[in-house]
Amino acid sequence: MTMTERIITIGLCVIGTMATRFLPFLLFRPNKKTPRYIQYLGKALPAAIFGMLVVYCLKNVSVLTGSHGLPELIAIALVVVLYLWKRNMLLSIAGGTICYMLLVQTVF
Amino acid sequence: MPAKEKKEKERGIRKKAFKCAFPKTIPIFAGFWFLGISYGIYMNVSGFSFLYPMLMGLTIFGGSLEFVAVTMLLGSFAPLQTLIMTLMIQARHLFYGIAMLEKYKGTGWKKPYLIFGMCDESFSINYSAEIPEDVDKGWFMFFVTLLNQIYWVTGAALGGLLGSLIQFNTEGLDFVMTAMFVVIFLEQWLKEKKHYTALIGVSVSAVCLLVFGAESFMIPTMVCILCFLTVFRGPIEKAGGLT
Repeated sequence: MTMTERIITIGLCVIGTMATRFLPFLLFRPNKKTPRYIQYLGKALPAAIFGMLVVYCLKNVSVLTGSHGLPELIAIALVVVLYLWKRNMLLSIAGGTICYMLLVQTVF
Repeated sequence: MPAKEKKEKERGIRKKAFKCAFPKTIPIFAGFWFLGISYGIYMNVSGFSFLYPMLMGLTIFGGSLEFVAVTMLLGSFAPLQTLIMTLMIQARHLFYGIAMLEKYKGTGWKKPYLIFGMCDESFSINYSAEIPEDVDKGWFMFFVTLLNQIYWVTGAALGGLLGSLIQFNTEGLDFVMTAMFVVIFLEQWLKEKKHYTALIGVSVSAVCLLVFGAESFMIPTMVCILCFLTVFRGPIEKAGGLT
């Protein structure tokens, strides 16, 4: 690839990304009334998206081979328990991550 | 109000918003430095100057695509394929935009930057954070987005500069992102009275992951989520509990 081709390739990545980020805001301007269906999606989507992002993070975990997803399961359980107990986001995240690192580095 | 006093007041508003935003971004600092440095190292060993990961982090600001872009840059020139790949990997931002239409309203000149920097993590924090009444929402979301981008760009540049010199056992540190999304999911779950949409999100993604595999399950997942939410709009709206 020449320098120009590299710049074009990176430029296309930027344009494509920005298209997906800006499109909803360009389609539904604040001065016009947003369609009811889109308003509904705006409210119904986030919970589904957060569920999707959790699965997305775990997409490379293999249940059938290796450690069978056990370190992930244990660490996520700890994150949930810590959060329900103390309701402190940072504590849960730090606790879960340290637990996971210890598990994959020393146990599994 | 005299100009000086007005300036002081504005400074106070910014300071307050920053103090509120910074703690929320600490997990992302850990995650982005780890991932950003890894990305920089990856580009470095693939033969690129540190300027590449740094500038790509600055302009694309989307982790997963930036990793894929390394492969694209190493292959032969294929503009159309590059654009299609980009749109496929980044399509989930369309959902974020729809969810943020209301929240980004009235943020003035900050709005284009908020949209530009709307990565998974900035979206998640800005959507779910309970911003106190007396904190300026626009500045809060601006600082969350800006701090996240600073973490990512500095991490990528550092990785590109130091390359494979960095040798310490960070295995498993990337779990910090998973843990953060789990907490945000849980927060959202506890806030809702009904859990239909959360359950749709998890189960549809899991089924699509099994059927389509890790590399290509996101687009089918998004289409299925849209279908389910549309078909069951009646019952979901009737049940209420949407925040």
